[in-house]
Amino acid sequence: MSRIEEALKGKKVFIGSLTAGDPSLEKTQEFIQEIEAAGASLIEIGIPFSDPIAEGQIIQDANVRALSAPGGCTTDMIFDMVAKVRGNISVPLVFVLYLNQVYKYGYERFCQKCQETGVDGLVIPDLPYEERGELAPIAEKYGVDVISMIAPAGEDRIKMIAKEAKGYIYLAASVGAEPEMMVRAIREVTDIPVVVGYGIHTPEQVQTYSKIADGVIVDDPIVELIGTHREQAGTYLRSYVKSMKAYMEE
Amino acid sequence: MAKGRYGIHGGQYVPEILMNEIHKLEEAYEFYKKDKDFNDELNTLLREYAGRPSLLYYAEKMTKDLGGAKIYFKREDLNHTGSHKINNVLGQVLLAKRMGKTRVIAETGAGQHGVATATAAALLGLECEIYMGKEDTIRQALNVYRMKLLGAKVHAVESGTKTLKDAVNECMREWANRMEDTLYVLGSVMGPHPFPMIVRDFQSVISREARAQILEKEGRLPDVVMACVGGGSNAMGMFYEFIPDESVQLIGCEAAGHGIHTDKTAATMATGTLGVFHGMKSYFCQNEYGQIAPVYSISAGLDYPGVGPEHANLKDIGRAQYVPVTDDEAVNAFEYIARTEGIIAAIESSHAVAHVMKLAPTMSKDQIIICCLSGRGDKDVAAIARYRGVDLHE
Repeated sequence: MSRIEEALKGKKVFIGSLTAGDPSLEKTQEFIQEIEAAGASLIEIGIPFSDPIAEGQIIQDANVRALSAPGGCTTDMIFDMVAKVRGNISVPLVFVLYLNQVYKYGYERFCQKCQETGVDGLVIPDLPYEERGELAPIAEKYGVDVISMIAPAGEDRIKMIAKEAKGYIYLAASVGAEPEMMVRAIREVTDIPVVVGYGIHTPEQVQTYSKIADGVIVDDPIVELIGTHREQAGTYLRSYVKSMKAYMEE
Repeated sequence: MAKGRYGIHGGQYVPEILMNEIHKLEEAYEFYKKDKDFNDELNTLLREYAGRPSLLYYAEKMTKDLGGAKIYFKREDLNHTGSHKINNVLGQVLLAKRMGKTRVIAETGAGQHGVATATAAALLGLECEIYMGKEDTIRQALNVYRMKLLGAKVHAVESGTKTLKDAVNECMREWANRMEDTLYVLGSVMGPHPFPMIVRDFQSVISREARAQILEKEGRLPDVVMACVGGGSNAMGMFYEFIPDESVQLIGCEAAGHGIHTDKTAATMATGTLGVFHGMKSYFCQNEYGQIAPVYSISAGLDYPGVGPEHANLKDIGRAQYVPVTDDEAVNAFEYIARTEGIIAAIESSHAVAHVMKLAPTMSKDQIIICCLSGRGDKDVAAIARYRGVDLHE
């Protein structure tokens, strides 16, 4: 069982996701601690990318802000930030980034760096099941889970992906389809946590999806709070995450 | 390893949300490419509507003036809508219709692919929305209005560098949001499999014709085949049937902008490195952390930080060569071919013409070059005037 699976086992999971370097890496470090303190079970850290093709406007804007911040925001600077924050928090940390950022860094070197600094998993939107074979074995060697995403598809495809999934399953269920059917299909082949993400905004969604699945991933509202309150976002994040968590069924 | 590989390049690096639809497209294409009705309808459209076959024109004056190899132009600029893009869109929009789609979306740089897609959609009765970088909507305002006349909705993309790559990003997002009734009609030999294959197949009509035409006119194969390369669709179409002819040298001309030693360049083969972006593994202009570089060229159609995976492989195996051509060289060529041959060629195609001007004088008179004139240059006249400091009021 991986570190992530161990940490999420038997819980209703709230995953908060933010963009590194917005408004600064020092603040990202503080925000991560706030989100953990408010009760998140895992935190996803978005590595800003020049061309985030799978993101909506809110996260695209945060990426632009982070990349154009004074001093920039490189992958190495983010690893340094993770190494610092690791000592203060215990929840698993997962990077959300695009395959080119890992590929160009070097799969081996990147995964080794994850292990050294304490990054437990990678969510890579442009790495579908068909292509994960080039990274997954290397990541596994360094104890890093490559998270699988599942979207509305035939039951065969859902099961095929779920069978090889590690850490948790990122279920993009809010784009039509029937999440109940998808969760049922996944449950037939694996026990790892199924967490619903992609467009989770409202308390009602948190309530519904934490019943159907093992929890939710909330990104846009968190990134938007940071976009609005900048340096002062910390206290807002704490109360926001607490209030959303209250809607989850334990 | 997944399907759609060209050596190490290609693949299907797209969000899971799109995979289902990509598989459906693959299946539909594999079926229809062998379907007689589909091919009959496509061939009729190419002949009766697009005006194929396009001419293989002997540029006698340029040949004499440059004093070397015999120069032929494959006149894709004479197609309906004024570029090679029509070859691919008729195929893809017809495919969309057979798949039961009622709406197509497409990215465009110079506007040629957007105009072609809007045209095919108008003809075949599909809804059409075009995504174009804000920067490009300014550079190519005439093409924006042309698309609107054809009934398409044009979205000016404000994200990133506001050029072609950002238009592709936006199309991928839009496709992921709305797949049931929509097909993404990709304009070049790029993106995830099966797009590089589909676009290449539909564009290979260029070399199929050119090969037969040169054999008829000269009784032999050419020594050099040349085309400009952005994503690489006209070049792939121009090269494809010549790939097995080992005596034929293949040369792609990419946009060097201000020069490959400046940061104002779009010369991916000269300055790019291996990466994974827009669904494919290939060469890309990027920094050490894999951030895609903001590229530049005077030509909106070549202003792209990557190149199609099959080209990347042709380079790796040494089957094709890729040379950089600067803005200045391309503008000179634009003016030269207008003056010498009476042809106003697209600024994109003028990159290839510029290399013809360099190469032809170094070759002997019994040698032959075929250069693809991928599009006509009416759309570029205002930009060329600006480049020369001439103030135009239309």
